[in-house]
Amino acid sequence: MATAAHAEPKWWGGGRSPFNVEYGKLMMWYFLMSDTFTFGAFLISYGTIRFSQNYWPDPNHVFNAFPFAGHMNLPLAFVSLMTFILIISSVTMVLAVHAGHHMDRKGVIKWMAWTIVGGFAFLACQAWEWTHLITGDHAVLIDGKIAELSTTVSKNPWGPAAGIMHDGHEVMTPGPVAFGGYFFGITGFHGFHVFSGVIINIIMLVMTINGVFDRKGHYQMIEKAGLYWHFVDLVWVFVFLCFYLI
Amino acid sequence: MSNEMSSSAYPEVTFHHAPSDTDSTIKKIIRTTVILSVITMIELALGFGIYFIHQTPDYSHALVLFIKGVIVILSLAKAFYIVSVFMHLGDEIRNLIMTIIVPLMLFIWFIAAFLYEGNSWLVLRNTRGGSVSPEQQHIQKPTDAKKPGVE
Repeated sequence: MATAAHAEPKWWGGGRSPFNVEYGKLMMWYFLMSDTFTFGAFLISYGTIRFSQNYWPDPNHVFNAFPFAGHMNLPLAFVSLMTFILIISSVTMVLAVHAGHHMDRKGVIKWMAWTIVGGFAFLACQAWEWTHLITGDHAVLIDGKIAELSTTVSKNPWGPAAGIMHDGHEVMTPGPVAFGGYFFGITGFHGFHVFSGVIINIIMLVMTINGVFDRKGHYQMIEKAGLYWHFVDLVWVFVFLCFYLI
Repeated sequence: MSNEMSSSAYPEVTFHHAPSDTDSTIKKIIRTTVILSVITMIELALGFGIYFIHQTPDYSHALVLFIKGVIVILSLAKAFYIVSVFMHLGDEIRNLIMTIIVPLMLFIWFIAAFLYEGNSWLVLRNTRGGSVSPEQQHIQKPTDAKKPGVE
């Protein structure tokens, strides 16, 4: 071919980054920005449907259980635990990045290990919460008959109260079906991010133990994994806000 | 020194942030952790506040809405601390910060437009597409629906 004889045009041969960051880190930031829009779209869609409904379940009533606490009414308690687990694992991640800046391999290994433990603890909490909602039956009045409903993507027992039964129990009617779909969809998508973050952190831990970053001369990869992990914590701030607090 | 070593690792990076001494960085991390925890505890306290307000008959809906607004602002403060301190965005150069923050301004329109849309949908639902008044429909307004646990 004729063009092959000419020298390839030099588009950008490296040089100085106008943003003064390494390429991979810049791209991680842009990936996280696009992920922000994905989560934002999900949460805004949830808000739109919620605004269009005459009734929406009260989170303090739906999320009031705690493992091994039986039927005790403990609104917000379990989700507070999950929130603190994620905040603490974010802190251990910052400490791992900080140790990486100082080429402190032992420190990176220690703090990455704790971050992974935090990630698994969060996932375990979420697994318990989902199981509790999906398997927990509640008496609901449908067409004049009492039915047992659990919380799934197609069933919602958390509707307005219909009255008091002869034994003094309050009877509810079914609530908007969208509740379960949004709750499981968005917390599931977030949980998937936590899961992939844990996998990335495990790979980083193995690479650190094998001395890969010492040979490279820098721990930039830990910093990029850290950005992703903090983003997971950041999204949780808004999931926590939209589903549990307001 | 460590600065020159990492410069050779990424030739595109022109200057490195002043090597942070460990004490001040750790102090900053601890301070941010305390701030995030305290804000979360305030949010939880306000969440419990809403729970107890819901227990009282004829509670003030404006008050609940106000508390929810405060919780939203506190969450935005948390997001600021996570992004600027934990993710170190605050330490990057201004142009990079702007390419991240400016596109996010779309959310202002995004949230306002879609929540307005949701509310308009509610009005249409309760008025049969605007043909009757909500009173004729005997629709429970969202604020009138009985929350469980309220006697």
